[in-house]
Amino acid sequence: MSLTNEIIKQKLVEKFGDQLTDWVEPYGMLTFTAPKDLNLKVLQFLFDDDELRFQFLTDLQAVHYPARKGEELAVVYHLHNLVDNVRIRFKVFTDVTKPDVFSVTALYQSANWMERETYDFFGVNFLGHPNLIRVLNVDEMDYFPMRKEFPMEEQTRVDKDDAMFGR
Amino acid sequence: MRPVRFNNKVKMVEAPASFMGDGFMATSLEKVVGLARKNSIWPLPFATSCCGIEFMATAASHYDIARFGAERMSFSPRQCDLLMVMGTISKKMGPVLKQVYLQMAEPRWVLSVGACACSGGIFDSYSVLQGIDQIIPVDVYVPGCPPRPEAILDGFMKIQELVGNESLRRRTGDKYRDMLAEYGIQ
Amino acid sequence: MHSTEHILLPEGSLEKLTTTLNLGPTHPATHGVFQNILEMDGERIQKATSTVGYIHRAFEKIAERRPLYQITPLTDRLNYCSSPINNMGWHLTCEKLLGVETPKRVDYLRIIIMELARISDHLICNSIVGVDSGAFSGFLYLMQYRELIYEIYEEVCGSRLTTNIGRIGGFERNFTNAAFEKLEKFLKEYPVQLKEFEKLFLRNRIFMGRTIGCGPISAERALNYGFTGPNLRAAGVDYDVRVHTPYSSYQDFEFTVPVGSTGDCYDRFLVRNEEMWQSLSIINQAYKKVQEFKGTDADIFHADVPAYYLPEKKDVYTKMEALIYHFKIIMGETEIPAGEVYSSVEGANGELGFYLISDGGRTPYRLHFRRPCFIYYQAYPEITKGSMLSDAIITMSSLNLIAGELDA
Repeated sequence: MSLTNEIIKQKLVEKFGDQLTDWVEPYGMLTFTAPKDLNLKVLQFLFDDDELRFQFLTDLQAVHYPARKGEELAVVYHLHNLVDNVRIRFKVFTDVTKPDVFSVTALYQSANWMERETYDFFGVNFLGHPNLIRVLNVDEMDYFPMRKEFPMEEQTRVDKDDAMFGR
Repeated sequence: MRPVRFNNKVKMVEAPASFMGDGFMATSLEKVVGLARKNSIWPLPFATSCCGIEFMATAASHYDIARFGAERMSFSPRQCDLLMVMGTISKKMGPVLKQVYLQMAEPRWVLSVGACACSGGIFDSYSVLQGIDQIIPVDVYVPGCPPRPEAILDGFMKIQELVGNESLRRRTGDKYRDMLAEYGIQ
Repeated sequence: MHSTEHILLPEGSLEKLTTTLNLGPTHPATHGVFQNILEMDGERIQKATSTVGYIHRAFEKIAERRPLYQITPLTDRLNYCSSPINNMGWHLTCEKLLGVETPKRVDYLRIIIMELARISDHLICNSIVGVDSGAFSGFLYLMQYRELIYEIYEEVCGSRLTTNIGRIGGFERNFTNAAFEKLEKFLKEYPVQLKEFEKLFLRNRIFMGRTIGCGPISAERALNYGFTGPNLRAAGVDYDVRVHTPYSSYQDFEFTVPVGSTGDCYDRFLVRNEEMWQSLSIINQAYKKVQEFKGTDADIFHADVPAYYLPEKKDVYTKMEALIYHFKIIMGETEIPAGEVYSSVEGANGELGFYLISDGGRTPYRLHFRRPCFIYYQAYPEITKGSMLSDAIITMSSLNLIAGELDA
């Protein structure tokens, strides 16, 4: 019996009940939301369960939704079950003023730099991360550039005419 | 002495304008030094991204750069003449580039290859240095994204022109020192 | 040959001191800009700290300000040794979001171009492993065939390295006869050259002595570190996105996925070498299939989606509607549905994923690139612990780290 989205949803709801919300399937990939305190527990369950076996972390990154007050930063995990070839996605939301999320580096070594990148770009503070410093930007940078309020362009440029470039 | 039998299509460089006599040739030192320097430039390929791959294609056998005298790619700034900056320079890399430039000995030239090195290229973002001429003086710019190997060779030939025609007193003069002071270099 | 017991000082004998060596961002043997601060005990590396970000170009921030077609040149510059794969991965993601189905001939042509890109990337990686271990001539011979691949790209899209090839739904122009002739020339001459390259390296005592046992990684550690691509396959796990989630009609082709056992440099070299042979076989099959389309079928080179496919240039220059469509699509004024999609392709280094969140506007709300190099480079300190400095250099080049992809 192959692993379908219904079976995954059923097992997760059995274990965690209605703490997991927002079940959608955009383009066939099961997506759900968990409260941010449970992210490590959900990942551990998905890793250890004999039938679910989501033991490969494909991707970890964040999205900034300034319109959702109180839940502006979403950390998104993409997991892959290599044996049955099923992918799922799950999100946790956190407040931008106190963006603390548990780190998953104890479970997946690949999350180490991915969490550093998320911290670098969005300012998400991963609790329990062995070395949470900036990875891609200059170390002296004091803002989190991927948040929506920051501009893309280099601000010290004097030769570009703002009016011509739509700024 | 046996005459040359096989390699008789050797290309000779033109001798500079000189006063010839029986067994001697008098010309100006600048011209001879320029001639020697321009045909034996040792570049430092500072290749950071995609333009570096086009440089590898230029250095490979199809578009050989070694026939212009750049046979030995020196990777140590102390032993090179020409700093070829190829690829995007980000703000994190800027101080490294400046340090490499400062370690070079006079006379030194800089060739900026690719749109990113010339002016930031298509990356008008917070982390990219918009042109290396913000931190070091540049002699020749080669635009393109990435420039074709022929364009890189054209830029190299322009550097050769500059090298061949340079006055021996340029590097010790006031104008050069003032220009370097603009970049904060002693 | 690569064990560590006989060289380390016994505990408590002399004062154990380590020297710190900066394998800095400008170094001839690091391909692209990586810095490693190494703590060395004589010639052995005890600890390595990697610093990346020296070529961070903020792709993801730029992508939030560009309509879909203007993001294609950005994707080129991710893994610039095989940029058609990145372009087509991006177009496949857009097609998934927009619900566009491509005809079979387009799929087969895309496969030809993607496999050529894979060959050109593996070619560079293998010849640079040769250069780093001291054998320069292999590089010169194989780069000639990279020039031939560039000529094939030029016939289709006009540029050599950063190709910006293809459109959402297909290609910008049909493959000309000249392109097919160059492809045939490549298919005839490259196997001969690859065999010669193999004879130089594969059973060469010096090369084998340098690379066997150098930088191994086990399958469990590799999976935990998120490895994908040839590095994971060399460690023993046969995960290939082309087989797991076939895209662009890969399921119609017969090919094997080579798998190694120890995950050391020699295995990675062998896996890439064998993948080049497999890619040649796929291109041969795809070329035969393309030639079976006759008559008007042979003129199909794009899907019929005028809302997303840029009109052909000759129409843009002569007809008014085509000009208007071209302008609107490039500036992003067409209807893009809201939604989030994750799609991935098998890049030359592993699973290159695109996570696109669209809110219905002109530009993506968030675009994230799942870059394989970034994820597997984290394992470098663990792989090189205890090895000698020259082995660490060969490990770095055999992992095929491309700076553009790492820092994005």
